Amino acid sequence: MSSAKTSSVTAAHSVVEPSPASRRIAGALVILYALVTLVPLAWIFLTSIKSPPDSISYPPKILFTPSLEGYCNLFTTRTRQTPDYIAALPPPSGVCDAVTRERNMVIAGPSNFLPRFTNSLIIAFGSTFLAVSLGTLAAYGFSRFKVPLADDLLFFILSTRMMPPIAVAIPIYLMYRQLGLSDTALGMMLLYTAVNVSLAVWLLKGFIDEIPREYEEAAMIDGYTRLQAFFKVVLPQATTGIAATAIFCLIFAWNEYAFASLLTSGSAQTAPPFIPTIIGEGGQDWPAVAAGTTIFLVPILVFTILLRKQLLRGITFGAVRK
Amino acid sequence: MTASHDTFSDKMADAAVRATPEPLATRVRGLSDRAIAWLFIAPTIALLLAINIFPLFWAIWLSFTNFRANRPNAAVRNVGLDNYSRILNDPDIWASMQTTAHFVFWTILLQTVIGFALAWLIDRKFRGHAFWTTLILIPMMLSPAVVGNFWRFLYEPQIGLFAYAVSFVSGIPTSDIQMLGNVHLAPWAIIIVDTWMWTPYVMLICLAGLRSIPDYIYEAAEVDRASPWRQFWSITVPMALPFIMLAVLFRGIENFKMFDMVNLLTGGGPGSTTEVASIALKRDAFEAWATGRSSAFAIVLFVAVFGLANIYVKALNKVKQR
Repeated sequence: MSSAKTSSVTAAHSVVEPSPASRRIAGALVILYALVTLVPLAWIFLTSIKSPPDSISYPPKILFTPSLEGYCNLFTTRTRQTPDYIAALPPPSGVCDAVTRERNMVIAGPSNFLPRFTNSLIIAFGSTFLAVSLGTLAAYGFSRFKVPLADDLLFFILSTRMMPPIAVAIPIYLMYRQLGLSDTALGMMLLYTAVNVSLAVWLLKGFIDEIPREYEEAAMIDGYTRLQAFFKVVLPQATTGIAATAIFCLIFAWNEYAFASLLTSGSAQTAPPFIPTIIGEGGQDWPAVAAGTTIFLVPILVFTILLRKQLLRGITFGAVRK
Repeated sequence: MTASHDTFSDKMADAAVRATPEPLATRVRGLSDRAIAWLFIAPTIALLLAINIFPLFWAIWLSFTNFRANRPNAAVRNVGLDNYSRILNDPDIWASMQTTAHFVFWTILLQTVIGFALAWLIDRKFRGHAFWTTLILIPMMLSPAVVGNFWRFLYEPQIGLFAYAVSFVSGIPTSDIQMLGNVHLAPWAIIIVDTWMWTPYVMLICLAGLRSIPDYIYEAAEVDRASPWRQFWSITVPMALPFIMLAVLFRGIENFKMFDMVNLLTGGGPGSTTEVASIALKRDAFEAWATGRSSAFAIVLFVAVFGLANIYVKALNKVKQR
């Protein structure tokens, strides 16, 4: 290290740059960690394309013939039939039909997965839209105007997100029962909006703070009203921030389990409380669970990669910007 | 605001006090800034009042009664502070608090040590570090419930990958690796999944901390011939400390109210060995239906989280100023 010091002024890298060897070791350790932590995720995908006997064989199988049975079982309910009955049926109409018949079963109808998944989509997108709309307005208000007690209001808004969900769920459960919002998509949407709006306000305030006031002021001198300036000048400038915030809200609502498991049971149930209840004959149908988990996780994977530059900001409520 | 001002002095005031743009309101058409500020902020506050604060006050009221949600028509009696004294004198509640404390302590310790080490290694900026960092971040974005549920499969002693891997490395028979069934192992099963999931969170914030340290400080230390060890403890750690504290506080709050993962992995069992506060609360509120008593418990948890949140926001603002 000390020998490098004298030449550092002209060298390609400064004294504080790590040596190539230490870099390689650091890289190897980080890559090792990444690979180990990705094993459970790889295992989810592999299990989803295993047949049920392959999924529970010991030692765990890494090489196997891929099967669509998990995905078929995820989307259907099946009943057991005698081989004679199945032999008398017309030829199978699709892959799932054929796979099911090999197990001496026939497809009885669709499972609840698709409606539950649809609920997740509706509730997540609906609450995100509401939270980001409300959050953008409030963030602009806090960013541009002298609001009395602004710091206290902002703390109040954030603190609502910190509350333990089970503790909140008790009165919400009673309130929704009174209002007829129990087990409704609207009820869940409002609840997730309330939880997400705190994140949206904090994140968006940071993004809007970064847009120079001069832009709106110039627009207002040109004859725009404050509202026009907000819609035509500030909003277009804040698009990236709004998109990032929306993805964070979407991920929260998509992943949420505590409220969903306590406040929904049937028509408004989302995917997270549903997936653990997927059972086959003789216990949990792991390939079907893995298939449901895979389908459920893929959107998050895509969003995480899209968001990677904004992640830090999102998880610290906009405080750390890199 | 000030009707007697002529346009010129209005403009001057405008230029002089950017932070208080009220004078603009006298000049622009449409709504005054104050009206817009309240119009923008009020919907958010109203939603939070309806979905968070009103239920909170309802819970406070319930906590002084013997109300049971499964008997809505029974007479509700005011029991004063009875619920609180029973909560605070209940050995089961204290046991659940102790379980929570054990869980919070170990997850934070492991996540901070591993997360900081990873951040330090990534900060060596080896080739491809951005790509591997993104991969490492994936687990923290996923649904703790859905992924936690799949970990039950990994933990299966007969067929699970985890038991197989541990047995392969250590030679312990897989039948002895009852991660979820053994009273000594079950708490660690949860700590492992939580650490797997949330170490990336701590890593990301620590990385921001490390990157916020300007190079010239290290250059100065090199000139003073400070050893790398000394540099690490006198520069790196103290300067990254506010960021580490932020991550620790946030993980502390989140794990204090942990519900999803524990509910799906062990449901509080075996016995009550993994019954953290949220699980105990859920059992009391939604299985025993002791709504009044569980509301008192919820309020006690609120106060604890509110205190932590207060410290957290102070830490956020401290980091923000850098």
